[in-house]
Amino acid sequence: MQNDRLISASERGPSGPRSRRPLPSWISTTALLLPTYGWLTLAVFLPLLTMFVFSFMSATPMGKAPIIFTLKQYRAFIDQPYLVGIGITSLLIGFWTTLFCAVLGFLAAVALVRSTFGKTREMLLILILLPFWTNGLVRVFSWTMVLRENGFLDSLLHMIAPDAGSIGFLYTRYAVVVGLVHGYLPYMILTCYIALVAIDDAIIEAASSLGARWWTILVKILVPLAAPGLISGAVLIFIPVIGSFMEPRILGGRVGVTMGTVIEDQFTQAFNWPLGASLSFTLLAVVLAIFATFSGVLRRGTVA
Amino acid sequence: MKTLGPIYLIAILIFLYTPILVMMAMGFNASPLYELPFHFSLQWYDALWDNSILLTAGLNSLVIAGITAVLATALGTMASVALSRRTFRGRSLLQLMLLPPIAIPWLITGTAMLIFFYWTGIGRGMHALLIGHVALAIPYVVLVVGTGFKTIRADLEEAAMSLGSTPVHAFFSVTLPLLYPSILGAALFAFAVSLDQFVISYFLATPGYTTLPVQIYSSIRKGFTPEINAISTVLLLGSMTIILIFARFAKPGDTSDKR
Repeated sequence: MQNDRLISASERGPSGPRSRRPLPSWISTTALLLPTYGWLTLAVFLPLLTMFVFSFMSATPMGKAPIIFTLKQYRAFIDQPYLVGIGITSLLIGFWTTLFCAVLGFLAAVALVRSTFGKTREMLLILILLPFWTNGLVRVFSWTMVLRENGFLDSLLHMIAPDAGSIGFLYTRYAVVVGLVHGYLPYMILTCYIALVAIDDAIIEAASSLGARWWTILVKILVPLAAPGLISGAVLIFIPVIGSFMEPRILGGRVGVTMGTVIEDQFTQAFNWPLGASLSFTLLAVVLAIFATFSGVLRRGTVA
Repeated sequence: MKTLGPIYLIAILIFLYTPILVMMAMGFNASPLYELPFHFSLQWYDALWDNSILLTAGLNSLVIAGITAVLATALGTMASVALSRRTFRGRSLLQLMLLPPIAIPWLITGTAMLIFFYWTGIGRGMHALLIGHVALAIPYVVLVVGTGFKTIRADLEEAAMSLGSTPVHAFFSVTLPLLYPSILGAALFAFAVSLDQFVISYFLATPGYTTLPVQIYSSIRKGFTPEINAISTVLLLGSMTIILIFARFAKPGDTSDKR
């Protein structure tokens, strides 16, 4: 409604009568914000709230069956001890993925900042980030081509050693971690790169002219100064990884059971929505706790 | 250090691109079981034209991405105007509220949408997918357009107004033309976000109305053929093209450079 008024006012343009007093600014501000936040409320905030309510139900509400509220879904970790193991698996996959991304990504960012310039650097950055913005599912699928028995990895090996067996490790947890590192590495390179380019070259020159080795420069100067980038990258990788389900599904096969796949199953196979909701919400609690812990670092890292 | 750096970066690029290139190459290999030696063949691309399920899903994806781009860009640009140019109470809270769609794992958001849409009777299907996709794309639009706002001096608008322009007219005749590259970039970005979105779509699609990523996922789980490589190659090249065009507009990764 208020938008229509805004648009018609613009059509009238400057030549139109300007006798009308301008709208109070809070009205136009509200009109500008309402569609976006209304939409987000409908699509994100109300659903999260509803899911919270669902997580206390004893069963998926169907037909006329009475809705009974219970805490049993949150006792799942006690009642079904295998869930604890799955939770630990998810956290471990998250830990290893984040660690590999941090080491590989930080060094890549250092290499970008210290040994590339101008157009080359710009092109390298785009090349690194390009896969990140393409379909994650397709990228995970592409690893099955490499890691399967007689896949690309085996073909490479057989070129060197024709009689060797298969080193393809598809359907293992290693495969899941490799796929996840591949998916999220560009993120870490970007956050570390942003932190590293801000470091004054003079500091590094001073250190090396005073005799510091590259190792000392890396550990004593670059890592501490780029810590905000490392931490933002780690948080922004760890969180989606512990909520991932297609990567463990496709690359892990039978051993790829994680919190993500268990939650997926509750909604697509088992039709136990309340259990799925409580597991989702437990995961959300973990996510929010991580964000709360690192909110200071993240704000500095992302608002810039 | 000086020689090690480029070598290391090349190794990283090999790691990032090898699986993608292998996947693409296998779409041109005649063997249905991905067997080597390599025999060039276009049969899997030919087969795509007869695969009505994949074609329909692909068309659905394009339609959803198109509508999402238009809606998310319109809404997100409006919000960005208020968030970038006005000061009011609760602004930082509103900015914070843009994060959940990006930051909360999509598995959580997606299952929450499934529950809510089922419970309210909105249901699943095209409209549900649109509600979800637009919500995921809006925050990116606000960020991209907001970055654009930072490059435009607010006093240009004020100058127009002091010369007798109304605020609305000043916005449409001064600010908006300067913002066009950012808005176009945001629309491309929203299109790409929607085109590549899988998790949310997976929970909101129906057997009768799916998108390409959802269809690819179910094909992968059922046991795949090089046809999946062919369609994946098309999808990957499509979104890479969009992102490269976007990069020309907005230069992502250049955020630290002073403008």
